Amino acid sequence: MGENHIISVKDLTKKFGSFTAVDKITFDVRPGEIFGFLGANGAGKTTAMRMLCGLSIPTSGKATVAGFDVYRQTESIKKNIGYMSQKFSLYEDLTVKENIDFYGGVYGLSRERRKEKTEFLIDLLKIEEARNKLIKSLPLGWKQKLAFSIAIIHEPKIVFLDEPTGGVDPITRRQFWDMIYEAADRNVTVFVTTHYMDEAEYCSRVSMMVDGRIAALDKPEKLKEQFGVGTMHEVFVKLARPAA
Amino acid sequence: MRTILVILKKEFLQIFRNRAMIPLIVFMPLFQLLILSNAATYEIKNIKFNVVDLDQSYFSRELVSKFTASNYFILNESSFSVEKSLESFKTYDARLIVYIPKNFERDFRTSGKSEVQFLINAEDASAAGIINNYAVNITRQYNSEIVTKSSVIPEKTSLININYSNWYNPELDYTTYMVPGILVALVTLIGSFLSGMNIVKEKELGTIEQLNVTPIKKYQFIIGKLLPFWIIGIAELIFGLNLGLYIFGVPLLGSPFLILLLASVYMFVVLGIGLLISTVTHTQQQAMFIAWFFMVLFMLMGGIFTPVESMPDWAQTIAYFNPIAKFNGAMRMIMLKGSQLKDVVPVLNFFAVYAVIIMSLAVWRYRKTE
Repeated sequence: MGENHIISVKDLTKKFGSFTAVDKITFDVRPGEIFGFLGANGAGKTTAMRMLCGLSIPTSGKATVAGFDVYRQTESIKKNIGYMSQKFSLYEDLTVKENIDFYGGVYGLSRERRKEKTEFLIDLLKIEEARNKLIKSLPLGWKQKLAFSIAIIHEPKIVFLDEPTGGVDPITRRQFWDMIYEAADRNVTVFVTTHYMDEAEYCSRVSMMVDGRIAALDKPEKLKEQFGVGTMHEVFVKLARPAA
Repeated sequence: MRTILVILKKEFLQIFRNRAMIPLIVFMPLFQLLILSNAATYEIKNIKFNVVDLDQSYFSRELVSKFTASNYFILNESSFSVEKSLESFKTYDARLIVYIPKNFERDFRTSGKSEVQFLINAEDASAAGIINNYAVNITRQYNSEIVTKSSVIPEKTSLININYSNWYNPELDYTTYMVPGILVALVTLIGSFLSGMNIVKEKELGTIEQLNVTPIKKYQFIIGKLLPFWIIGIAELIFGLNLGLYIFGVPLLGSPFLILLLASVYMFVVLGIGLLISTVTHTQQQAMFIAWFFMVLFMLMGGIFTPVESMPDWAQTIAYFNPIAKFNGAMRMIMLKGSQLKDVVPVLNFFAVYAVIIMSLAVWRYRKTE
């Protein structure tokens, strides 16, 4: 692993019985990068991401995340990453304030720090009137922005986003990506999976997974050049077709 | 420590924000005590019975009057045909038929031997047993009366008179007997059902994934999840105990602190069961069914409703490992017999060992990383 790689993956494999969900993938992610992790449903994106987050132990291969080994140092990895899953992760029966307070506390922030953070986030997301409202009463777009803010509440080195913008409208998606850019500007590495090909265009580099393997990995413009097409959408269709 | 406090705060917020929770916690013990302690009883009164008296003698009429004079039996009908009388079994108008054959009195006077027959509806076997007991007792008593009165067979039959004295529950009050058992059932339900369902709910909603990716340590998560139900369980026991003492007038001869000591260790056993169930299930529905399966077995074999001593040997062996049976026994010992610490030390030890085993299993089964 090179000095300038925050995520380093070599021949990483995960098998469930005889089914190989992730098949010897190899790649590196640089600090501050927005790394797009693309692929059709069932291509193995989520499984790969879960291994990198320390939620799932790989079958074989090597990987380090923030310098920690994915086999032996899963708990150290967890201190240094943020994670937002496709399944909505806030507590619906707690208020905005209580959610921020809870996750802040879980990541070891002091009481004062949690209070500061709460004020900061409520101000940043302009949700003053929702401060003491239950999460379940909020619109989906607000929830997702809040979930992202909470995922990076402890200022991690890397944040993993698993289809973070599923089901929200284009304007909210745009605002969400503004938040991702702001995080990247603060040198947070962003590892994001998505189905939206316009979002792929926003990434520094993009990897395309097909049937558990990485079929292509490069900057979006390079990929378009390589496949002689105008959009990431067409790149995706060309790569994913053999699988379909 | 901070992490545990943060989890505890979140759990209490969620538990008490659940609208069903507070009424459940307050009214569940009240209703259970009220209904079960009054309804669940081994004593049967007002048993309707039929008489088929073919003898129509002084003796036969006196025997029947002994039945009707007791608190237990009410005469439904008299007839001269067993077949006709049996109709009452089908309609549930009678549960016992006393058949007195011809020459009942004459045989007794001449040979000192005569017979009556009881026909009992035994659909409910344990009730049938009790009815049989009552009927036999009444008949035996009458028997000794006529033996002593009539000088027909003087001192040929010697009789042993039995004097009863009921210890620890002298009035055979079933409320007294049931309340400790219901309190046991209550804390068991809170400990195993509520805790198990609570953890599985996080799985169902997907929030467990979010927690597993944080640096929360296993022990912090488990303490944060189980401690609230330990507290609620103990609080519920104190509440229920007070209801029992002051509203239902159940005696408490032993120390209430001894009960709390036992309960606080017992709770670890049931919480461990709840946690274990939550690690092997994925939905609240599954957790509910598994918990239900074990609880029904444990409860029915736990001596709350039927005495463990009347079970077959193999069942008593199982009951020996049943924490509900142990706690139930100890509760009755302390409340009704005034047992001391030294009497329940074996039970305490049993709980401690049980808790360590089941908690270890559950902690081992619970994984942050697959």
